[in-house]
This record gives sequence, structure tokens and C-alpha cells, in this order.
Amino acid sequence: MNKRLFVILLAVLGVTTSAVSQNFIQIKGSDTSVNLVQRLAEVYMEKDPKTAIAVTGGGSGVGIAALIANKVQIADASRPMKEKEYAAAKENGVLAVEIAIGIDALSVIVNHDNPIQSLSMAQVGAIFRGEISNWKDLGGPNLPISLYGRQPSSGTYVFFQEHVLGNKDYSAKMKQMNGNAQIIEAVSADKAAISYCGVGYVFAENGEVHSGIKVLDIDNGNKNPVSPLLKENITNGKYPIARALYQYTNGKPKANVKSFVGFILSPDGQKIVEEMGFYPVSGVYLDNNKKAGF
Amino acid sequence: MSKINSRTLGSRLKEQAIEKFFLLNGLLAVLVLLGIFILLLLQAWPAVKELGVKAFAESRWDPTSPVQERYGIGALLVGTLMVSIGAMAIAVPIGIATAAWLADVAGNRLREIIKPVIEILAAIPSVVVGFLGLVVLNPLLARLFHTSSGLNAVNGSILLAIMALPTIISISEDAIISVPQELKSASLALGANKWQTLIRVTIPSALSGIVAAIMLGLGRAIGETMTVLMVCGNAAAMPHSYLDPVRTMTATIAIELGETVQGGTHYYSLFVIAFVLFILTFLVNLVSDLVLQRFQEVRR
Repeated sequence: MNKRLFVILLAVLGVTTSAVSQNFIQIKGSDTSVNLVQRLAEVYMEKDPKTAIAVTGGGSGVGIAALIANKVQIADASRPMKEKEYAAAKENGVLAVEIAIGIDALSVIVNHDNPIQSLSMAQVGAIFRGEISNWKDLGGPNLPISLYGRQPSSGTYVFFQEHVLGNKDYSAKMKQMNGNAQIIEAVSADKAAISYCGVGYVFAENGEVHSGIKVLDIDNGNKNPVSPLLKENITNGKYPIARALYQYTNGKPKANVKSFVGFILSPDGQKIVEEMGFYPVSGVYLDNNKKAGF
Repeated sequence: MSKINSRTLGSRLKEQAIEKFFLLNGLLAVLVLLGIFILLLLQAWPAVKELGVKAFAESRWDPTSPVQERYGIGALLVGTLMVSIGAMAIAVPIGIATAAWLADVAGNRLREIIKPVIEILAAIPSVVVGFLGLVVLNPLLARLFHTSSGLNAVNGSILLAIMALPTIISISEDAIISVPQELKSASLALGANKWQTLIRVTIPSALSGIVAAIMLGLGRAIGETMTVLMVCGNAAAMPHSYLDPVRTMTATIAIELGETVQGGTHYYSLFVIAFVLFILTFLVNLVSDLVLQRFQEVRR
């Protein structure tokens, strides 16, 4: 009797776990794209109720580490994977395939009361390396600059370090925040603050830029600063710190993973990307996506 | 006759079995502790072997630096100590005063309401406390100290004090209330007033219990993670004052463990931090245990 019950239990367990693994997509990674991917997943699940999608953040590094360990179907990342990470994945038998799902204009933000309107890439780099430490050196008030950034697990932290700091160290005085919402909160409260975040996070619920912060115009040393808030500056390549938001899968996407990513890249999906404050995939990234089967 | 014998033998066996069961339970806790200790030691060892102890004795922690990877835990250790000691500086006077008031001054009915309320304070999730610090204390402290930001050691200390208070109050109150009535009566009979009796007789008699309470509170403060991660600023620089942002050992482990490649130097070096943290809390608990033991001896 007991034995029979045990067998039935095993059978039920077996059926449910196999069903779960087939219709369940586990996504982990970038905090920059976590809200976006969550929204995309919600809309997708309405269309395909048989598929369940779980989206969690933690940072691009966390997602990529999970993909390398083969614990997730999709890793979100706001930076490209490093050679080291590709190698580690290969060692584990994971073949990472890259798909760009949207474009983010990495925004440099200051407190709303800060009189500064624009900075050059070189100035932003020097500020975050700790070489410029007072706003008066930039034509602002006599106020020590208060640096806020993300943590090393964040793709934004790594991307910013590589592209704005010239791959040098962040100032040790930079306060490391646990997420984009905390950055917005801290910069709104600190008159001397400067920080960075994905452009999707600078908008409040009403679609306007958060009342406590200001998004700076950035120039590439050509004295012609442009705003990350205008789509044309991104599509014509004038905004210097635009980047792709990626998803990584183990091998070319198949079955429901393929259908979910396909939805993201469809006109409907890209419309959601824009609604969430980011920009649609364009240019070279489209060619790259073709290699992944899209 | 033989029937009675076998029954006593049976019950003796049963008693022995029960005894062994309890012994096993006691041993289990010891084994778990030993297991954690060995695990930390084994996981920390590869990093120490590769980098040497000296690399960890530096002040700056930056294992992902593209220029030079640094594994110094100095600033992290100072950060943890600053926040915990700051928390105790706030929580100890408030905690003891509250405990004394509850035990000696407040009436039975008032105590029965207030003590559970204080104990509920311990049940507030640390992430909620951290959120409070981020949204409420941050701008408040910035205005109070004329700094641009309130994400610093003071903020962490205040929140950790709030979190350690229930432990300190609850255990201190138990210690104060169990001071024998004869001692207090004798003091009052000799002409001391209520305040003098409390300060000179009651609290000194309960002192070892109070010290144990403080130590347990300190252990709680050192080990707390989420709150300090949210409100202390997590800057890697060596802090020079309580108004500087600090980064604690617990926050560093919590932030970085998820992204490290298992089996890498960074991964193992996080276990070095965990090991040092373990030793730190172990020492605090050991001291509190020794003090508690003395307390019990005195009472006997």
C-alpha cells in the first residue's frame, strides 16, 4: 500500500517537474532592464498563458554567472559578456548567444538644484575617477562632489568604467547603491550628487523626468552636448554613451524562449521598449540578432 | 518477580535512549558550528594561499578593478566596527534605561503591554528598516549635520541601534527584575531612596546579565546585512569620521557573492571576509557567554 502510494507520488512529481521545465522561463540579470523585461513578460504571458516567465534582477554579472552555471534560460545584461565569461561558459558546456533587445542611453544625472547643464565625457570621467572633486571647478557652486554609482555586479558599473572612466578605477569615495531606484532617491536628496543610470529610470510614473533630478547633456569633446532624452540623438549616434541591452541564451533560442525573444523584437515588443523609456534596436545590432536566428 | 525485573530493565533502556537522544541534539549544534567553521576555513584557504595574508591586511577592497585588483579588508573591518560600536553607543543607554524603567518603575499592567510591543520591534524585516533609513533618515541627517548626504555610518548606527534594542531591553529587564527583593528592601531600609537603590544596588547586581544583553545586541549589529547595505553608502574608502560613508563586511559579501565565478580568487576571498566575520561574532558571543555564566554563578 505504502509502496504504491510512493510510486504514484514519484510519477506525479516527475510529470510536474518536466512540465515546469518545458513551460517555465527563468530570466535573471541586469537591474537596468529588469522592469522592462518584466513588463515584456507580463504582456507575453497574456498571449501565451501556458508559458510562465520569472524575471529577477541582481545585476548583469549575477545573470551572466547564472547562465554560465546553466541555472537560467536567459541572462539579461546591460554590457557585453567579457572574454573571460565566454571562456568560463564554454568550460561548463554553455554556448552563450547574444541578442540585443533594446538601446539604452546611459544618463548622467545630478540633483535638480545643480546649475550645471552639460559636461564632456572627459569631465565625467575625471569626476568619477576622483580627479575633479568640487563643483566649482566645473563652474558650479563651491561644494564637494558627492559620487553615487552602482556595485561591481552591475553591468552599468562595468560599462561606465570601461567607456567613461577609460577602464581606470572609480574613486574609492563613490557610494555604491543597490539599485537604480536607490540612485534616483539618493540623488534627489543630495544637492552635490552626481550619478548614472539607464535612461528608462529617469522618468517618474507620469512620464516626466523625476522632479528631484536633472539629466545632463553630454558631449564627446566636440563642445556640442546632446541630451539622452531625444530619440534622434541616439539613432544618429551623437549621444556618446548609448549601449545595447542584451539577452544571452545557451545556444540559439529554441521553443518558447525563441518565441518570447521573437516577441520582444517584434514591433509590439519594441513599442513596449519605447514605452519604458528605452530605444528600439537598430543598426549593427539588427545584423547581430540575425546570427541568433531573428 | 522476573516480570518486574524485565520492566525495570526496559524502562532503564528507555531512559538511556532518551538521554542519548538529547545528547545527540546537543552535539548536533556543536557539529553544525564546527562544520561552518571548517567550510569557511576550506573556502578561504585558496585565496590566502594565492594572495598571502598580507594582501588582505591592506585597507582597500576592489577585487574587480581593471587596473589592480585589491583584496584589503581594512576599510571593511573598520566600517563594521564603527557601525556596530556606534549602534551600541546609542542602544546601550536607551536600552538599560528602558529595562530599568520596565522592571522597577512601570507597573505590572504597563509592563505587560510595553514589553511585547518592544519585542515586536525585533520582528520588523531589516529591509523595511533600511528603507526607512534611505527615505527618512537620509535627508534628515544631511540637514542636521550640514553634509550633502545622509548615507553614512551615523545612519547605519541609528538603525542598528533600533534593531538591537529589543534584545538589549528584553534580556536586561529579565536580569533586573530577578534581582532579589531582599537586596532592594535592605537598601530602602537603610534610607536610600528609590533612585539610589536602582543605580547603586539593583543595576550593579544585574550587571552581568546586562553585559550579556549588550554583547548579544552587539552580535546582532555586527551580523546585520540588508540595513547597512542600504543606508551606509558602501564607499570603499577608509572612513575618517562617522559622517563618511562606510562599507561593512556583511554588505560586501551580500553584494558580491552572486556575481563571482565559483572557484575564482574573488569568490574565495569573500570567504576570507566571512571567516574574519565569523571569528569576530564568535568572540563577541564567547565573551557574552562567559559573562552570563558568571551571572548565573552569582545568582546561585
